[in-house]
Amino acid sequence: MAEEMKVIVFTLAHEEYGIEVDKVRTIERMVPITRVPKTPAFVKGVINLRGVVIPVIDLRGRFGLVESEYTENSRIIIVAANDLEVGFIVDSANDVIDVMSDAIENPPEVVGGIKAKYISGVAKISESRLLILLHLAEVLNRSEIIQLEQFGD
Amino acid sequence: MEMNQYMSMFIDESNDHLQALNENMLRLEQTPEDIGIVQVIFRSAHTLKGMSATMGFEDLASLTHEMENVLDLVRNEKLSMNGHIFDTLFKCLDALEAMVQDVINGGTGKGDVDDLVQRLKAIVKGDVGGDASISSDADQDLPASLILDQYQMSILGQSIEAGHLAYYIEVKVRDDCLLKAARAYMVFDVLERNGEVVKSYPSVQEIEQEQFDRSFSVYYITQTPGETLQDQLSRVSEIESVTMNAVDKASLEEMEKARGASDQKAAVKETAAAAAPAIPNAPAAPAAPAADKPAARTAPAAASSGGAAPRTIRVDIERLDSLMNLFSEMLIDRVRLEQLASEIRRNDLSETVEHMARVSADLQNIVLKLRMVPVESVFNRFPRMVRDLAKSLDKKVDLVIVGAETELDRTVIDEIGDPLVHLIRNSVDHGVESIADRVGAGKSETGTVVLRAFHSGNHVFIEIEDDGKGINRPKVLETAIKRGVVTPEDAKKLSDDEINMLLFAPGFSTADVVSDISGRGVGLDVVKSKITSLGGNVTVQSEPGSGTKFSIQLPLTLSIIAAMLIKLGSEKYAFPLSSIVETGALKRTDIRTLHGNRMVDYRQSIIPVISLAELVESPDYRDDEETETEMLVIRKGDKLAAILVDEFIGQSEIVLKPLGKYLSGHRSVVSGATILGDGQVALIVDPNTIIK
Repeated sequence: MAEEMKVIVFTLAHEEYGIEVDKVRTIERMVPITRVPKTPAFVKGVINLRGVVIPVIDLRGRFGLVESEYTENSRIIIVAANDLEVGFIVDSANDVIDVMSDAIENPPEVVGGIKAKYISGVAKISESRLLILLHLAEVLNRSEIIQLEQFGD
Repeated sequence: MEMNQYMSMFIDESNDHLQALNENMLRLEQTPEDIGIVQVIFRSAHTLKGMSATMGFEDLASLTHEMENVLDLVRNEKLSMNGHIFDTLFKCLDALEAMVQDVINGGTGKGDVDDLVQRLKAIVKGDVGGDASISSDADQDLPASLILDQYQMSILGQSIEAGHLAYYIEVKVRDDCLLKAARAYMVFDVLERNGEVVKSYPSVQEIEQEQFDRSFSVYYITQTPGETLQDQLSRVSEIESVTMNAVDKASLEEMEKARGASDQKAAVKETAAAAAPAIPNAPAAPAAPAADKPAARTAPAAASSGGAAPRTIRVDIERLDSLMNLFSEMLIDRVRLEQLASEIRRNDLSETVEHMARVSADLQNIVLKLRMVPVESVFNRFPRMVRDLAKSLDKKVDLVIVGAETELDRTVIDEIGDPLVHLIRNSVDHGVESIADRVGAGKSETGTVVLRAFHSGNHVFIEIEDDGKGINRPKVLETAIKRGVVTPEDAKKLSDDEINMLLFAPGFSTADVVSDISGRGVGLDVVKSKITSLGGNVTVQSEPGSGTKFSIQLPLTLSIIAAMLIKLGSEKYAFPLSSIVETGALKRTDIRTLHGNRMVDYRQSIIPVISLAELVESPDYRDDEETETEMLVIRKGDKLAAILVDEFIGQSEIVLKPLGKYLSGHRSVVSGATILGDGQVALIVDPNTIIK
């Protein structure tokens, strides 16, 4: 039995990505970000989300893609997983679609320059449209940050 | 009956009573003659028994019941406390704690208490570990708990003389009996129709509240022959057995002899006159269930709370959290309103905002205090622990607690217990020497462990200091090298303090013999990681031969603090006001370089100069371009440092917010964040990380 899954679609360097809708708290327009010193470059800082301070990371930087200027379309997707709340800066976010579980395939080794471990699968939406589903637990894995910090020291 | 809703109340109150029992037992151990303390202990045990029975925790109830029997003898001065009884009672407390813990963890609260129950029963029977002081029992195998006072004794004596029959009756209720109290009431009803109950055990009130196991016993005077009575009693349903023993003059005399003779004679004379009118009054005492019940119920409750108990209510901590969150949102709006009012410059608006500011300042104090709990609630379990430890290690150790009233956020309190247990165990086990070694070293036999808590700046410090042998640094080094914690080359470069800190390295234990108390080698690194996860820090100082001091620094989390806001180029930072000594200006030319470190003269001393811009890697401000910069002098302990900043904004009350879990564990100069009146996030600088 194929199950239906709702997915938030966002773009990053002209590729389309998806995060399950129940992991997403809200999607915000860009707000001023306060820089936090001595953090990895992709950690952009913290924002005030209705009284709660939330760390924000640039997803392009997290995946080792070239970071770009933020535009009118840039969005911060606030996700909650692993007991963590983090904002992802993405190029744009504008769609929610249904994905059937039998349309999801295991990820190939490298997708759009992103390491396979960050990806839980690739969903085929139509003949010409592929959606890369993120493995949130890996994306939010802090051990890499800690390594980076120690390297910085 | 639906019990779940009472469960949390039961757990809270059981913990309170267990704590009270522990504390009072320790006090009693110091002053075993003080019957007043025994009374308090008895009441706690009694309340605990009632609560457990009501909630259906049979093992808890039966153990407390037996403890109560022992305590009852003590409080009536029929038994004097000794080491054996103390040890047994302490073991009982441990068993009770284990059972309550089981209940908390969702278990059934069952525990194997048979052994302890037997030991308590033995104590009641007079086996008090050698120095027996209990009165020997009368003929028949009467339970010692059913000892008659002089008054009741004389009633019995006179009744027998007057030709009445006196019986000692023991009634056993059937195991599967559902309404024990009701059956007991029926038994009493039969008894009262035929004669008078002189004394019952447990008391009539307790029987009415079902606070008895399966049997109860009475002394009884009647004119009805024994067989008739036995027949009538057996007809009450769900009664398993009725045992009747006739009490005659001879057995009474023997009982009297057993109760010390001196006060006896006088008492008999005195009560002789009172006895006659007393007999008709006696029926009023037993069973008048409806009327007596409320009185009986309130008695233990009032007794357990004691005279000057603080009036408190229990509140779910989550409600306090949401109250705190709401309040901090309001505080942000208040700051915003103050800004607007100062821009709009309308008198009535400014006045209203000012008034609101004052009210919210008061409100803030209250909200903050709600979450604060004295560390006492953690500390108070340690005297008992140290006592047991010292005893099992054959050492003499005094635990001195200083600053138990120091308040700390509830969430921190909940977490800090285990690390402290570990450090104190460590001090008693490894720190304080054996008695022989202490005497040999010219110290007093009794070692001292000081547990100290105090506020300093934005932190609470908890110190554990012993006057033992100190850390054996060569041995620590040797072990660390052996275990591969450091390389022999690195080891040579380590300072004394760094060697001490090796104790906190994972997989490290110096004890030659691994004892069950500490020294499993998993301890201190766990302590360190726990404290670090609380945003705190632990350090150790040690002087060979004279002692070791562990110092834990903890943040006052989730609170509102007064802070100095400063600007650094386009960024804003906050410094806790509590760590600021002074603000001022500093000429670039006054900064001197000593050994490559920048220093400045400050009030007859030379203190280091630290550039905040360099520290936080400011993207758009560099202070070496300025000829004169603003300076903050901050303090940590007795160390000072001057921090160079761009510009002061001013003082403000700020709400401490965590940086978010994603960035926690991140080692940096920033301890948290706050939201300013304009909605922007400003980072809070932690002065403790700046001054090393």
